[in-house]
Amino acid sequence: MNYRLKLSGLEAVEITPNSNFVNIGERTNVTGSAKFLKLIKEDKFEEALEVALDQVRGGAQVIDVNMDEGMLDAQAAMVRYLNLMASEPEIARIPVMVDSSKWDVIEAGLKCLQGKGIVNSISLKSGEEEFIRQAKLVKRYGAAVVVMAFDEQGQADTYERRISICQRAYDIMVNVVKFPPQDIIFDPNIFPVATGIEEHRNYAIDFFNATRWIRENLPGAHVSGGVSNVSFSFRGNQKVREAMHSVFLYHAIRHGMDMGIVNPTMLEVYDQIDKELLERVEDVLLNRRDDATERLLEFAETVKGAAKKKEQDDEWRKGTVEERLTHALVKGIIDFIDHDTEEARQKYGRPLFVIEGPLMAGMNVVGDLFGAGKMFLPQVVKSARVMKKSVAYLTPYLEEEKRLNGTTQQSAARVLMATVKGDVHDIGKNIVGVVLACNNYEVVDLGVMVPSEKILEAARREKVDVIGLSGLITPSLDEMVHVAREMQREKMDLPLLIGGATTSRIHTAVKIDPVYDGPVVHVLDASRSVPVASELISTSTRASFQQKMKDEYAKLRVDHESRKQTKSYITLEEARKNPVKIDWSATQYATPKFTGRKELIAYPLDEIRPYIDWTPFFQTWMLAGRYPGIFQDTVVGTEAKKLYDDANKMLDEIIRDKSLQANGVLAFFPAVNTGDDIDLFQAQGDTAPFATFHFLRQQNKKAQGLPNFCLSDFVSPERGKDYFGMFAVTTGLGLEKLVDRYKAEQDDYSEIMAKALADRLAEAFAELLHEKVRKEYWGYAQDEKLTNEDLIEEKYKGIRPAPGYPACPDHTEKRLLFDILQAEPVGIQLTESYAMYPAAAVSGFYFAHPDSKYFGLGKIEKDQVTEYARRKNMPVEEIERWLSPNLSYDL
Amino acid sequence: MEGFMKIQDILKERIMIIDGAMGTMIQRHTLTEEDFRGERFKNHAHPLKGNNDILSITRPDIIRDIHRLYFEAGADIIETNTFSGTTIAQADYHLEDAVYDINYESARIARAVADEFTAREPHKPRFVAGAMGPTNKTASLSPDVNNPGFRAITFDELVVAFKEQAKGLIDGGVDLLLLETIIDTLNVKAALFGIQELFDEIGRELPIMVSGTITDASGRTLSGQTTEAFLVSVSHVPLLSIGLNCALGASALRPYLQVLKEQAPFFVSAYPNAGLPNEFGQYDQSADEMGAQVEEFLKEGLVNILGGCCGTTPDHIHRIAEIAKKYTPRQVAETELV
Repeated sequence: MNYRLKLSGLEAVEITPNSNFVNIGERTNVTGSAKFLKLIKEDKFEEALEVALDQVRGGAQVIDVNMDEGMLDAQAAMVRYLNLMASEPEIARIPVMVDSSKWDVIEAGLKCLQGKGIVNSISLKSGEEEFIRQAKLVKRYGAAVVVMAFDEQGQADTYERRISICQRAYDIMVNVVKFPPQDIIFDPNIFPVATGIEEHRNYAIDFFNATRWIRENLPGAHVSGGVSNVSFSFRGNQKVREAMHSVFLYHAIRHGMDMGIVNPTMLEVYDQIDKELLERVEDVLLNRRDDATERLLEFAETVKGAAKKKEQDDEWRKGTVEERLTHALVKGIIDFIDHDTEEARQKYGRPLFVIEGPLMAGMNVVGDLFGAGKMFLPQVVKSARVMKKSVAYLTPYLEEEKRLNGTTQQSAARVLMATVKGDVHDIGKNIVGVVLACNNYEVVDLGVMVPSEKILEAARREKVDVIGLSGLITPSLDEMVHVAREMQREKMDLPLLIGGATTSRIHTAVKIDPVYDGPVVHVLDASRSVPVASELISTSTRASFQQKMKDEYAKLRVDHESRKQTKSYITLEEARKNPVKIDWSATQYATPKFTGRKELIAYPLDEIRPYIDWTPFFQTWMLAGRYPGIFQDTVVGTEAKKLYDDANKMLDEIIRDKSLQANGVLAFFPAVNTGDDIDLFQAQGDTAPFATFHFLRQQNKKAQGLPNFCLSDFVSPERGKDYFGMFAVTTGLGLEKLVDRYKAEQDDYSEIMAKALADRLAEAFAELLHEKVRKEYWGYAQDEKLTNEDLIEEKYKGIRPAPGYPACPDHTEKRLLFDILQAEPVGIQLTESYAMYPAAAVSGFYFAHPDSKYFGLGKIEKDQVTEYARRKNMPVEEIERWLSPNLSYDL
Repeated sequence: MEGFMKIQDILKERIMIIDGAMGTMIQRHTLTEEDFRGERFKNHAHPLKGNNDILSITRPDIIRDIHRLYFEAGADIIETNTFSGTTIAQADYHLEDAVYDINYESARIARAVADEFTAREPHKPRFVAGAMGPTNKTASLSPDVNNPGFRAITFDELVVAFKEQAKGLIDGGVDLLLLETIIDTLNVKAALFGIQELFDEIGRELPIMVSGTITDASGRTLSGQTTEAFLVSVSHVPLLSIGLNCALGASALRPYLQVLKEQAPFFVSAYPNAGLPNEFGQYDQSADEMGAQVEEFLKEGLVNILGGCCGTTPDHIHRIAEIAKKYTPRQVAETELV
């Protein structure tokens, strides 16, 4: 007999007795992924394709799609998403599982599949007639099917019920419907164990035995299930849950389960489970002792409390409910929040009174401590998490109240936050969002790459009180001006807050403030966002604050104007006569090991880790000080150490779970300096260059003996001698998945942490790669011996400047860089503003000459801009737009 | 079911020959707009020249002669002149209303010629396959590059169209249904869905042949599937045969037939083009050249049904039939056949 399940997308998959467990991707499921749901609800179907792509790249062999959500037209969403998936060959490669509890959605989905997919699911729930009808149709559409152990009486929850329903369903399928038995996949129901309820004790063992029975008695049929259900009673305790999933799978697979929906990021390696935990989990799953549940709970408490054991200070639990809530908020303790919130709810009568009363009082304490510099950002973020959890607990009651009263209240002032179009950076924006939320602002976060029309539309629809724009790369400055202009055009008067690494008070004053009559304020960092927002929203202070800011910016503009005139510049021609002088005849050229490109895929993260520069990491969290001295700092030392420990714990997990992937690509080519440009050749000796990079030269008047730098100066003008390198790396692959998990848990702290770590890893990867280039790939400094501190201080020979940064501020050169590197297939994309995506990415050029050094271009004059535009064959206006921060003149 | 048993028995014994190109043979006649219109469509508001399927109604003599030539050349199976006989394809000529008649008349013509030959040579029964082309729209591909989620046709529309075509063919007396030149597997899944509904309604089943098209050296269908994925996607129906036709010449088709030989639980068919078209769009591979390439299939035992597609003529079919006599068919394991 040839009982083999065969499936297909664009390619065929055969499940043989030797196949490993078939992993079904489950993130494209609105009931399981908050992120996916959000994208679908917001009609971002194309963006939602990324979720599917991540699954495929993450190794899913079948992809489950589910659109069952009350607010969605599930059928339309299913059809639209499946059709889009079909257009993406990398996704369409694998078979689709059409997942819905509604038959018409399943049928609509089947009509979109050219391959052979799986229906999830049908059952005897509504009787034999309907079951037969659906099974016949599944067969006619050409799909395999998941059959739930469910009948007219309900879901099977014992061994006997499981096997009798599966037997009955199988007999009908095979004998009446003539369904190919190998295309039947039974789901005999995975239920939570260790719930404390006596009848649940045998759930896992019944599942295992039913699985074995099905595999032995129903020829051809397969067994699948949703694994995460089993650990439901340990929500919030990752360690125990991961162990439970792993142990469950271990036994289930041995009993014959051959497919399943498993979140690979929530799985511990069986062999690495703590022996004591393993024993207790197995006691529970296999129902080996009467006190199994109690013993696992006991263990779970120790795991959860492990970090806090030292305090052993449960005194605070004896205070009033208000005191306890405040303590929990200030200390960021999440363990008792549901309990305390419930107690407050009963005491205060209405959920809203809890929020406006004790919760706000607690958050005010947090806000005050933060404002006074007595609490630090990482702590505030943890406080926010507690707040969110408490509000989440109250939300159903609020909804219920609203429903009963038919009223809607808008409680807090609303702040809209968005990273502008073309930009993908959002750590800072998220931090500001958290800090604002802690201070009783309702934050409407539109995410990254948000076009102006969307911002304006959302501002109106959500009736926000303030708009906050964020951006990290220079082109975002222009986009912010654009948004301000649009707000003016639409006669808005909402306050506009400007923030992000690239923004400045002076830019806001000179470029943004004049185009918008409403209040515009540059916010230096997250701690400033609260006082600024409150001044702008309060009706009593708004007018005077606005006037104060307008005056301040007007004065800045005047200062700027006068200062500009005192700086003196030289012509491009003169500047070119004063380049960096290098004696090329005395230069020892090194020849790279290879020319052309080289990919590094899934580079081991543990090798990258030692290269991390921790100082910027602390800056991200607004803790001032250099690593490692920061730990001795009397003010922030303790918090810094805690943060560092948390970061390393997360790094351990990331490395263990391989939840981030490091990909990179680098290339070397023969090169010659032709003035301010560098020509690249495929081979040394070629006469025609295949590409040219364009650089800019400093034009400010220099003191005697100092050159007017241009990066091209560091490459030899002699043909056939020198080389030029380039690279792009990312460690952001997989980050979205990780972040989604934290988002779902409303864990801002871990979310920001994950992003900050990914950024650090990307920089570290670039550092590591540069070292390999110096010592090995290009090998111009083979005997270099530097410590990590030396690297951070850039004591090495040669440089790796990045387009968009001070020495070569023109972002548009990144396009050519990426094309030559073919960085996109490696996993790094460019947005329309030339921001790299994923954001945790670094790219740049390699210059080997020992005299090469980093510098800032400073301002340049119109003559160079005009000539540069001609060299690049781009309109002058366009170049001016990209280089606006570097222009010595106003546009 | 009688026909099914019969052709299945013959297929176990020997390689059966299916005919060659219809279009190439029609082009040998110099036909005018009037020929295409005939009496019935004299006053049709739109030009009809080039609508080969309509000739079954307006110039049945030509179609009848072509069928005869192929049977004389050695074909066991001829295809009806209905490649574009769906409402979807006929919409180009505004002849949706004539679709049933096209299929019915085409089937009747072919039936009469086949019966004539079977009567003459009862030891070699002749069969009629109702040809069903892919239509000119695809259900899993967007015609608009800027809107990849868009579809010019739906599964349900295809089900209706193919069902109507199949009804005309069956009423007209075909022995088999042949879904050919499949560029999008979702289209053929819709066709199979409609045909099975029709079988339920009329209370009998005809053997179904399915023949896909590998577009180029990528080894994929136009809709992106590998040969194996294509096979898996249509295997839910108990087919008489699965195979490949069109787009490629015989030697280019070989690697994909090897996949089918290994994997298919059905008989395997192949009817390649006479090589690739030259710069004038004509096929100039001779019967001998094509015969030599096809002989490679036979040596490897790749096929059960063999014939020709674009550019092939009775000469090609004659040559192929002669060579095929020397070889035994691909063996299909008894248990694999549903």
